[in-house]
Amino acid sequence: MIEVKNLVKVYSSKKNKVIGVDNVSLTIKNGEIFGIVGYSGAGKSTLLRCLNLLERPTSGQVIIDGVDLTTLNDKELRQARLKIGMIFQHFHLVSSKTVFENVAFALKAAKKSKDEIEKRVNELLEMVGLADKRDAYPSQLSGGQKQRVGIARALANEPTVLLCDEATSALDPSTTKSILALLKKINRELGITIVLITHEMEVVKDICDRIAVMQDGKVIELGTVYDIFTNPKEELTKSFINSVLQFELPDHLLKKRTGTIVKIQFKGEIAEETVVSDMLQTFNVKGNILHGKIEYIQDMPLGIFIMELTGDPDEIERAIDYISLRTNGLEVIASAA
Amino acid sequence: MLLNSLMNLVPELNKAFLETLYMVAISLSVAIIAGLPLGILLFVTDRGLFLENTTVKSVLGFIVNMIRSIPFVILLVGLLPLTKLITGTTIGPTAASVSLSVAAIPFFARIVETSLREIDKGVIEAAVAVGATPWMIIKDVLLPEARPGIMHGITITTISLVSYSAMAGIVGGGGIGDLAIRFGYYRYDNTVMITTIVILICLVQIIQFAGDRIARLVDKR
Ligand SMILES: Nc1ncnc2c1ncn2[C@@H]1O[C@H](COP(=O)(O)OP(=O)(O)OP(=O)(O)O)[C@@H](O)[C@H]1O
Ligand SMILES: [Mg+2]
Repeated sequence: MIEVKNLVKVYSSKKNKVIGVDNVSLTIKNGEIFGIVGYSGAGKSTLLRCLNLLERPTSGQVIIDGVDLTTLNDKELRQARLKIGMIFQHFHLVSSKTVFENVAFALKAAKKSKDEIEKRVNELLEMVGLADKRDAYPSQLSGGQKQRVGIARALANEPTVLLCDEATSALDPSTTKSILALLKKINRELGITIVLITHEMEVVKDICDRIAVMQDGKVIELGTVYDIFTNPKEELTKSFINSVLQFELPDHLLKKRTGTIVKIQFKGEIAEETVVSDMLQTFNVKGNILHGKIEYIQDMPLGIFIMELTGDPDEIERAIDYISLRTNGLEVIASAA
Repeated sequence: MLLNSLMNLVPELNKAFLETLYMVAISLSVAIIAGLPLGILLFVTDRGLFLENTTVKSVLGFIVNMIRSIPFVILLVGLLPLTKLITGTTIGPTAASVSLSVAAIPFFARIVETSLREIDKGVIEAAVAVGATPWMIIKDVLLPEARPGIMHGITITTISLVSYSAMAGIVGGGGIGDLAIRFGYYRYDNTVMITTIVILICLVQIIQFAGDRIARLVDKR
């Protein structure tokens, strides 16, 4: 478990002070994939780098598995870092060392014997699917392969936590998918807690359990991905989510419609109920679906439909009330002309 | 006639050539042995690095700059007491090697520091994050990553030493440069002058060529 308590990081130079992280407190549970999102400069990297003390907090505590990292001396901190893996956007591999040597370096830091290192590196390279690249240099690898080496290095000493700073931002979409799948596998099979920064909501939707949204050094919203996606509170969060759940009807299409246009959101189990057909049978209205899709977030369905309702205005109103009551997520986009 | 005077020169040239090699070899070795750790220290004690230490950094930086700002001829004469202390004499190639070494150490240290500065900070940070000790980071990250740069630095230092060693004549150090000055400059002997210059040009070319080759060989990127 990672507990962050009243964490503040201020960068002060002679001229001015920049607040990187502004009094953040949060708890990350064992075995979860925790996402941190926010625009550039929000303080995501600073927060993440405080978790392994690459950045020393100005004040506050970082407690991992019961140990307050800020109280450790150099040697104890190195020991603690063995159990906190980290991967980076630009991989940061040692260019003059082979894939094998890059991974072995982490094990050397843990003072493992030569035989143990040999065995463990091969095991790790097998796991990340790079056994055949053992003796290649980083310059001979693709971005995705480099990140796999980074992951192998980070996992070398069987950490309990893996920190990822924009680990997929330098990769193309299909490579991103494969790296995310690998991270998910690591999380599920090895039970490693993953904290990842991203500005891509797709990534969040794919693999995170909970997320924190950051702005100006503060965490402004925090919750399970499903809750945040279905019920965002802050404007910033909404704008992030809209980037994934794009649901705009073209203007000219909207103008041509004569009925009442509603947007209906189905959450969780409701998505599996027959709300719309019940409504059409109960009320004397006609429904015409203009747009619709079901997203799966954390394996739970989130359905969004845009419908045009035509018929008697009173009936339409009753129908709308009925759906609102059952789904808790109806929004009238345009009333009948 | 020309051939004859050249033939007469051979023993003299031979001796001078060996003296040059001797002085350059000694001072280069000292420069590497002392300058490499000094350069590393200058780098790792810098702000934001894993052995950040402002006091050490500024004291070392000041000493290095001080020595580097003294003209070599003055260093050569000024260090005579030290030379006497270390070698027991103030003349000859061994004595000249002392001042050459003192001048070469900070020169090489700055080159090492510059090569280290070119390493991506993220790579060093990744090593810190992995839980590596400072010594491991120096040995397994900094030195391998800066190897081509340091190799170039050795080449540059060697060539500078060849040229500085010419001034060693002032303290009776000998060497090719000294020969050129004694015969060519004071006695207007053009044959000697041109011959020694040709030899120096060849020597520098060979050093540069060899240095480049080695730098390429050690560059694994
Ligand atoms: N070493 C530093 N020195 C001074 N200010 C810094 C330093 N690192 C970060 N900052 C400042 O702290 C704030 C937060 O930066 P941070 O890198 O954490 O943002 P971020 O959310 O990771 O952004 P991005 O998405 O661009 O990576 C910014 O205003 C930044 O300018
Ligand atoms: Mg960042």
